[in-house]
Amino acid sequence: MAVAAAVVLVAGVALALLWAPEDADQGPSQRIFYVHVPIALTAYACFGWGAWKALRLLWTGDQRYDLESYTAVHMGTIFGTLTLVTGSIWARTSWGVWWSWGERQLVLFLILFLFYAAYFMLRFSLPDGPGRARISAVYALFGVVLIPISFLAIRLAENFIHPIVFTRDGPQMSGDMFFTFCVCLAGMVLLAGTLYLNELAGKRLDLRLRELREALELG
Amino acid sequence: MIRARGLERRYGAKRVLRGVDLDVERGGFTLVTGRNGSGKTTLLRLVAGLAAPTAGRLEVDVERGQLGFLSHEPLVYRELTAIENLRLYARLYRVPEPRERIGMLLERFALWDARNERAGSYSRGMLQRLALCRTLLHGPELLLLDEPYSGLDAEGVDLLDRELAERRGSATFLVATHDPERLAPLASGALAL
Amino acid sequence: MTYARDVAALARKDLLLELRARETLPAMVLFVLATLVAFRFALPADASERASVGLLWVAILFTALLGITRAFIPEREQRVLDGLVLSPVDRSAIWLGKVVATLAFLGAAELVALPAFGLFFESVTWSTVAAVALADVGICAVGAILAAMAAAGRARELLFPLLFLPLSLPILVGGVGAAVGGDPVRYLAFLALYDGVFAILAWASFEYVVTE
Repeated sequence: MAVAAAVVLVAGVALALLWAPEDADQGPSQRIFYVHVPIALTAYACFGWGAWKALRLLWTGDQRYDLESYTAVHMGTIFGTLTLVTGSIWARTSWGVWWSWGERQLVLFLILFLFYAAYFMLRFSLPDGPGRARISAVYALFGVVLIPISFLAIRLAENFIHPIVFTRDGPQMSGDMFFTFCVCLAGMVLLAGTLYLNELAGKRLDLRLRELREALELG
Repeated sequence: MIRARGLERRYGAKRVLRGVDLDVERGGFTLVTGRNGSGKTTLLRLVAGLAAPTAGRLEVDVERGQLGFLSHEPLVYRELTAIENLRLYARLYRVPEPRERIGMLLERFALWDARNERAGSYSRGMLQRLALCRTLLHGPELLLLDEPYSGLDAEGVDLLDRELAERRGSATFLVATHDPERLAPLASGALAL
Repeated sequence: MTYARDVAALARKDLLLELRARETLPAMVLFVLATLVAFRFALPADASERASVGLLWVAILFTALLGITRAFIPEREQRVLDGLVLSPVDRSAIWLGKVVATLAFLGAAELVALPAFGLFFESVTWSTVAAVALADVGICAVGAILAAMAAAGRARELLFPLLFLPLSLPILVGGVGAAVGGDPVRYLAFLALYDGVFAILAWASFEYVVTE
């Protein structure tokens, strides 16, 4: 998967920088869109995957799902942070501000960032074991429900947080743009997948090592 | 009544119970022995349903309302009196004629005079006796006792001896203990961890 | 219905404990008053009327934080929660009992807070009162399960606010919007949605938080 990810990602970036038509309104800075939005979508996918694994854990009691859920949430948080960073860069290059409360995605990710950062603090405060796995899983489920609720809240809040509404590209992309976008999206998802499998394997190995050490100590 | 095969309980990398098999029939009295940290408490918690095994099979043929668990901690609210604590548990366990039952148990464990004092003011021995009242309140079929003698003074020990002897035939027991000698006469089986 | 009776017995237990200790409720009332006064000083004289409603909500949220952090303290001490989990009551009834009790405390604190707000800032509209009532349900429903999670670990009093605040942001939007946004009913409906969704989730998943 790593090779596929690298190839698709490089292709995507190349397309984004060189081939895709320049946006009439925003100029070259619009190209960050090809990175920013796929990263955001990938983050959502990671959180969703983490919640799915959490559900599996609660349903079956199989402890394997705990590491899978945790790693997915970890990936989601990393990509979420990148969303905030790329979003901020885009806002700076497009409109000259580092932050904008009118940017729904950005505000949503800020809330999610706070939520999932607390996930790690929660995990850190609990002793290792099935109890921690269960509680983390329930929290991950709360997270995935929070996403649509927060989105609704942000839309409702726009009425009184006086957003500065900027126009930017949405679904009305030209065919070439759309193709570039899809390639980048695929690249990001593959990247997330690669990192996920990598981290999961590492953590599993670490767990196995510790188990062996325990077994040895008990002779 | 209890059947366990290959029971395992892991906390991350650490395995506290591994490959435990257990059979306890109705009316049996099984001792669980082992050093500190060998998993006696964990085993009892699994049987009680407070924790799930991470591997293996466990069948406990008894519903929660028929199960009495004496834990390391007395599991009583310090700010409530003995009577208030027992009344709460009587309600949660749907005990019929709670007042009589509570009164009877408090008398049997010599706590009647202290019944209106906060549990927080009790001595260690009194707390253990109150915990025993809590455990026996609903007349459970299965009794899981974790070091039942710990903290008891001489009088408490006698009271507990009497209780166990009287209930020996009418309930099933799984008792974790440091001191198997004491309970050996009552025991019908043992498990060493 | 034994479920309702179990919930009542558990809620009654918490109210009795508070009556004995008399710690949490007086602290909440004093805290919310002090916070409102502090906000009065913090707000410049020419600030808009609309800004002050936001402060009411912040005061309520922080007061709820104070109260709910302590929600599982009696059970946390020496694992008393195990006693409840062992009993034949539905585990979700334990959650609901806590929700009912904390609702009572929060409601009592607000009985003081809302008139005080009316006195210090501006009078309270019907939509704010409705929003507070709806928000209370969501706050207590989510707070109760998060408090149980935090209570299971170390540094629980530090952890609970971290867990609670992100989830409370939609409530803030709903509450402030009901007073300040054009159409209160939309915001009240949103609060009701929040309550419904998160209450169901908490009700269904509480079992997994208190067992291992």
